Amino acid sequence: MKRKPRRKVAVIGAGLSLFMRRALETGKELSYYAASQALETAGVRLKDIQAVVMATAPDAFDGVHMKGDWLLDGAGGVRKPYTRAYVGGGSGVFSIISGWTLVASGLFDLVLVVGEEKMSSCQPHPQGAFLTIFDHTIERPLGPNLLWIFSLEQHRYMSSYGIRNEDIALVSVKNKRNALNHPAAQVAANLSVKDVLASDVVAWPVHRLMVSPVSDGAAAIVLAAEHVARRLSEKPVWVQGVGWSLDTSYWGNRDLAYPRYVERAARMAYGMAGISEPRKEIHIAEPYDPFAYKELHHLEGLLLADRGKAPDDLARGRFDRTGELPTCPSGGLMGVGNPIAAAGVMKVCELFWQLRGEAGARQIPGNPERGVAQAWGDLMQIGTVAVLGVH
Amino acid sequence: MAKPARAVRKMDAPPWLALRGSPLSDDEFHGKVSTTSWIPRLEYGWDAGIAISRFLEGLKAGKILGVRCRVCGRTVTPPRAFCELDFRPMDDWVELADTATINTYSICYVTWDLKPLRKPQIPAVVEIDGTTPRVGFLHLIGGVNGSSVEAIRKQLRVGMPVRAVWKKPHQRAGAITDILYFEPVKRHPER
Ligand SMILES: [Zn+2]
Repeated sequence: MKRKPRRKVAVIGAGLSLFMRRALETGKELSYYAASQALETAGVRLKDIQAVVMATAPDAFDGVHMKGDWLLDGAGGVRKPYTRAYVGGGSGVFSIISGWTLVASGLFDLVLVVGEEKMSSCQPHPQGAFLTIFDHTIERPLGPNLLWIFSLEQHRYMSSYGIRNEDIALVSVKNKRNALNHPAAQVAANLSVKDVLASDVVAWPVHRLMVSPVSDGAAAIVLAAEHVARRLSEKPVWVQGVGWSLDTSYWGNRDLAYPRYVERAARMAYGMAGISEPRKEIHIAEPYDPFAYKELHHLEGLLLADRGKAPDDLARGRFDRTGELPTCPSGGLMGVGNPIAAAGVMKVCELFWQLRGEAGARQIPGNPERGVAQAWGDLMQIGTVAVLGVH
Repeated sequence: MAKPARAVRKMDAPPWLALRGSPLSDDEFHGKVSTTSWIPRLEYGWDAGIAISRFLEGLKAGKILGVRCRVCGRTVTPPRAFCELDFRPMDDWVELADTATINTYSICYVTWDLKPLRKPQIPAVVEIDGTTPRVGFLHLIGGVNGSSVEAIRKQLRVGMPVRAVWKKPHQRAGAITDILYFEPVKRHPER
């Protein structure tokens, strides 16, 4: 990064709704739960908020066109500068990046960022909403479904480096166990690798328990400019760097074994944060884990593990909550749940609590000072990265 | 209106405040709680575009066409009108072989709405011979026996050569499905 933003931006509050398979609440109501809680914990009122960024994934989930505008009321965006940040699964972390640009630029001092998803409305299964991401002429006539691109990518990752499915199943085990301590968790469980591999094969090599669930939920944070953050918060958590990058939509043309777009996004964020040795300087990571292998794939893209070696690190406990680099201490999407845009914001909420030493039973030891959150999505082509720290 | 089983959940963890939300059971969703449904009906007439139109005509004639970028030298298929990296026309057309290499494959046992498939689909990314390495595209693998993971994996591996199996000429419609699937190339022991 040649240019450094002039203004520092901090997270000063975070809030969540429960994550659920199916909520009685509407998307607006879920958004209101998370947004009002974030405001309350930040000690600010809605009238203090100068702009709102809303992240929510495909309109097709809700069957409501322009649902970003429809959700506005629940996100606290009425009569304010309001933006919908939307890059598919990458939206959650991208919304924080968008909020950060609004504050770092000097336009606003207090910005509310809300992520919401209500996937359960889409019948008979929200995967239906994803069928239209495939090219209408050269892919859709083959009868693809969303699982294909994940299972194809996982197999390429495994075959490139000689990784076994047992190694990947361990991600599900770790994250579902970590989620036992998360108050919003939808699919926390104490499972073994054997249990994961005994679950049905949905699209080999992907088993059912290697896939995150369908979820409804919301999450929110409050961003503040430095002078406001210091006044309002005893423990602001600073957004030290942000980065994002998209690769080609000709997804078959990419190196499926390595997410280069995540590396590009990470290098941008690390450069801004002044990080030259990410493995030493990052103490906690919340990589995006909608499928078990994605956590490992993304840790490599984030330069936090050698290519093809993240499974070995996982097996030796490096990524445990008490390990050298705890990953998804929240329980991630595999354990807490995957209301898509909300899940990315949830990861930033987790860094906020962990870096303040307030994560209760989930707290990682050793007073972590810096963490990274990452999300991924669109036609598996975007990496969105945010580095947060206490200084 | 059903009374939600659990409207708040308190726990010894941040954000310390109770989290709100009212999870519904399947039973509640399908009946007891008021739900309305809507089945959208949308129809689209898609244009195939400059490059893919020519590609589809090639398929109808039993040929896999590709294009080469004169700047970066990449040869790709399915073709595109311009190189997305160099932003120059990609108009050097070449006829490729109908053989390929498996980049990756999967064995899919469910439909998009998670209904079980008795005979699995085997999607694959294949790299057509004559294209630049790692320029793969999505198609299906066929011509393998059995339906279990074990049986299919015995017959397929990443890096294996495959060949297109075409529809009969009079059945071809100028569509990606003019290639039925790719099947493993049989080895001839005398070679
Ligand atoms: Zn080119």
